Amino acid sequence: MRQGPSWFNVTSLVLGFAFLYLPIVLLVVYSFNESRLVTVWGGFSTRWYAGLLDNQQLLDAAWVTARVAFFSATIATVFGTLAAMVLARSGRFLGRTLFSGMVYAPLVMPEVILGLSLLLLFVAVDQARGFWTIIIAHTTFAMCYVAVVVQSRLAGFDRSLEEAAQDLGCPPFRTFFAVTLPIILPGVVAGWMLAFTLSLDDLVIASFTTGPEATTLPMKIYSQVRLGVTPEINAVCTILVGLVTVVVVFASIITRRQEAARARDMRQAEAQL
Amino acid sequence: MAKKPIGPVRRDFAPWDDPQARPYIEFRNVTKTFGDFIAVDDLSLKIYEREFFALLGGSGCGKTTMMRMLAGFETPNAGEIFLDGQNLAGVPPYKRPVNMMFQSYALFPHMSVEANVAFGLKQEGMPKAEIGERVEEMLKLVKLQDFARRKPHQLSGGQRQRVALARSLAKKPKVLLLDEPLGALDRKLREETQFELTDLQYELGMTFLIVTHDQEEAMTMADRIAVMDKGRIVQIATPAEIYELPNSRFVADFIGDINLMECKLTAREGDVSSLHAPVFGCDIKISQAVDANIGDTVWFAIRPEKVRISFEEPESRVNALKGEVWDIAYLGDVSIYHTHIANEETVRATVANRSRVVERPMSWDDEVWLSWDADAGVVLTR
Repeated sequence: MRQGPSWFNVTSLVLGFAFLYLPIVLLVVYSFNESRLVTVWGGFSTRWYAGLLDNQQLLDAAWVTARVAFFSATIATVFGTLAAMVLARSGRFLGRTLFSGMVYAPLVMPEVILGLSLLLLFVAVDQARGFWTIIIAHTTFAMCYVAVVVQSRLAGFDRSLEEAAQDLGCPPFRTFFAVTLPIILPGVVAGWMLAFTLSLDDLVIASFTTGPEATTLPMKIYSQVRLGVTPEINAVCTILVGLVTVVVVFASIITRRQEAARARDMRQAEAQL
Repeated sequence: MAKKPIGPVRRDFAPWDDPQARPYIEFRNVTKTFGDFIAVDDLSLKIYEREFFALLGGSGCGKTTMMRMLAGFETPNAGEIFLDGQNLAGVPPYKRPVNMMFQSYALFPHMSVEANVAFGLKQEGMPKAEIGERVEEMLKLVKLQDFARRKPHQLSGGQRQRVALARSLAKKPKVLLLDEPLGALDRKLREETQFELTDLQYELGMTFLIVTHDQEEAMTMADRIAVMDKGRIVQIATPAEIYELPNSRFVADFIGDINLMECKLTAREGDVSSLHAPVFGCDIKISQAVDANIGDTVWFAIRPEKVRISFEEPESRVNALKGEVWDIAYLGDVSIYHTHIANEETVRATVANRSRVVERPMSWDDEVWLSWDADAGVVLTR
């Protein structure tokens, strides 16, 4: 007996998706609005996109954000991977619970508290705030996300691969780069991308830890929105949404292709028996 | 003392009987514990050059720990390990002249077959051209020349096993360690590979140390077998000696099938001993000088294929038992007769099915006589 989806299911599905995506759809649609008034449709136009190129402040903010995201994601990936290695490998050592607790704490810590405490730290050590302090702040909270992702990848890692490498004459340090890293690379890359996007859209922590000369894109957007939503902001956000969508779709296509190729190879190998 | 060889003799190779021979690998009073668990207990062992040596035992007997200590992945709590005269203490795994073939094969999934085999040679800093040659030679050896550019997941189980073998042989190590090398292969492939490995070991003249729980694997391939239990070696001997002259009930029971009877030693005259098995109600005469006192409890052990089964009553009541066929296991090549003796004790007799038609076939509940020769069994004192 086959039953189609019930009325109730269809309705709740539609409402759910509408709740999630309607605001974004509206944002995208109104970014092509001719009218300067955000809520009044005045015909199709791309003038706000063209206008973006002339908005030097916005472009500067975007450039700062991209650099902050790149550096903090990279540093967080290095430290997060190291933390994951320790947690996955070192077994039980004195202070393990404390260590893992501290690595994962930023996952649940309110951003306001994280931002405030970092600000207090920077003030205490008399560190001028700006570009690099944002990077440090983003690194601290992105690191735990990287650690989580990499640790899950390490959980399925066959330790005998590292032993085999050492058995064949490869010292431990070189083994990490020759064997371990290439195998956990998908996890590391995923961790990096996660850290990058987290840094990209962070407003709270960046606001606490920044100084006068470094303004990130979310800060810029927020400050402009306080003066009223402009179609220009819609255009910026549409570009961001588009960028993220392209990256995600691209990544999933690559993964699926790899998996399909792998499955095909396996079938071929079995057939040759 | 010239020992009479037992079973098939392999190419006059027996350095373990030569007191002058220098051991190639030596474990000296090695102990290894994991927490409260004693994996290896004050164990000493000598393995000679070019020997194919097997460590055989159930899981948790310490055999894998022995191999991992030799490879350098575990450090003994006490004792020393020597390889070719060199004390291995403090030598890290990547500096030991041994290579290991892992149970899981541990092939690097991100590298081609070629790169896997070349990995060890690259670490050595061997020139590129030479690496290429060696890799080709190794792949030829394991008959995988056509698969050089494949990735491990594009290979079948048997092919992966051969890549792992080629990779561990590529550096021409002094000792090759094999951890349950054939465990993951199906039966046909396993039998084939067993002989390939033996041939390879002979050709290359290397020392092989294999760890296995499969007695058949150990018996077919090894020159000598050490049977291990609870971190200790129970017996070291050639496969035939282990099978024909086990030194304890543990070994007798672990290797193959055996009938065990509890007996009392009643008389001893030179090389002939007499026993009485009260439960079976049977007198046994055996051509073996039993190392026990008269009246001691000993065990008479006899393999089922050495027990004759017939309808005719044997001439002598010594080395004979009367019983009733209780069950017959027909295996095609042989049949195993489970015979009930007094007190519900069972004695098994294996009979080769030499012809298709038997004049008077034995059946369930038939009364039969079991008998054996004086040199067929063995007396165990522990």
